Amino acid sequence: MCLAIPAKVISVDGSNAMVSIEDVEYKASLLMLDDVRPGDFVMLHAGFAIEKVDPEEAAETLRLLNEIADSSPDSLIL
Amino acid sequence: MRYVDEYRNRELILALSEEVKKISKKEITLMEVCGGHTMAIHRFGLHSLLPSNIRLLSGPGCPVCVSSQHFLDTAIAYSKISGAIITTYGDLIRVPGSVSSLEKEKAKGADIRILYSVLEALEIAKNNPGRPVFFPGIGFETTAPATAAAIVQAKKENIVNFFVLSAHKIMPPVMKALVDEGVKINGFIAPGHVSAITGTAIYNELAAGYGLGVVVTGFEPVDMMQAILMLVRQIESGTPKVEIQYRRIVHPEGNRIAQALLIEVFNHKDDRWRGLGIIRESGLKIRKNFAGFDAEVKYPVSVPEPPDPKGCICGLILRGLKKPGDCRLFATTCTPSDPVGACMVSGEGTCATYYKYRR
Repeated sequence: MCLAIPAKVISVDGSNAMVSIEDVEYKASLLMLDDVRPGDFVMLHAGFAIEKVDPEEAAETLRLLNEIADSSPDSLIL
Repeated sequence: MRYVDEYRNRELILALSEEVKKISKKEITLMEVCGGHTMAIHRFGLHSLLPSNIRLLSGPGCPVCVSSQHFLDTAIAYSKISGAIITTYGDLIRVPGSVSSLEKEKAKGADIRILYSVLEALEIAKNNPGRPVFFPGIGFETTAPATAAAIVQAKKENIVNFFVLSAHKIMPPVMKALVDEGVKINGFIAPGHVSAITGTAIYNELAAGYGLGVVVTGFEPVDMMQAILMLVRQIESGTPKVEIQYRRIVHPEGNRIAQALLIEVFNHKDDRWRGLGIIRESGLKIRKNFAGFDAEVKYPVSVPEPPDPKGCICGLILRGLKKPGDCRLFATTCTPSDPVGACMVSGEGTCATYYKYRR
């Protein structure tokens, strides 16, 4: 029940959107968000978009993690 | 899959594991509250990546698991009302009440429909005027706003045959209750999507008042390992605080629109958690001005208090005091296809998870 999935917004129509997860489209209610545009990613939970994915924070998280990985002595072992 | 695969990167997971092993010295217990986290830990085999001095404990964050039998029995009673339509998320359909389940009632002819979104229930209500449409609402702060939005929408559209039976609950009181009860926890792996809605201020008391670290965590293995590293760093340096690991989704202030929906529609009540008893101010009750949508107000039914199933120790498991293997019913009389207790019924329940990954 906690689970939400990142989904790409394909189109917006008032308080509803069509979103895509791996090329399958779903209807999502935007009643909990404002300013959602096609191309945004949202977290889809029980038919609602509950939050937008922040691409900058996502990139920053990965950057930080890659720093940890690069400083790890085993990082070259595949 | 975008925003999923990057957080399943094996190299990153292993590097985080190395870092945790390097700095983790103390014997500590970390509790993940959310059923989604319990599942992720097992599905991705994270125990094997942690040193033996770190213990992971599963808490009661599975909404299906903590919904009382009385709630299920009430929903089943509604399904027997002439003309009634029960609309529900799929999670609830197999949960056993004291005698039956919604699935069994459906097989006997009750009109029970599985929804993807609570808003579909409004459509069903509009298409079936004169028939009461019931929605048993479970879920924490991630899901309750959807119910609130549906009630607000129903009022706007003057829908008169839509009724919510609310068993929605909130997380912070139960987290606090466990600590108050003496369950030994050094830090919390806090629920990512609940926190996306609520923001992080709700955890301040746990950090400041109880000296417990709280890290708001995502659901991919990289998220979980990073969160564990953050908690270990806090504990080893004696600096417990509230931090967000899941920064791509969670902001400190949360989702203000969803919070406003919750406040508009619900107030707090003392509530019964299956296996844990009554926890103060932990349940969401529909406000008086939306009483027209409150199933308990419009269709009061008297359902006897069911006895706890004999031998079931879900309550102790939900508190993290026992493991599924300690239960004599586990994998014998209580299995995913024939569950006795809530921990086994829900796909996220501790027993269901252990059954799938650990036997």
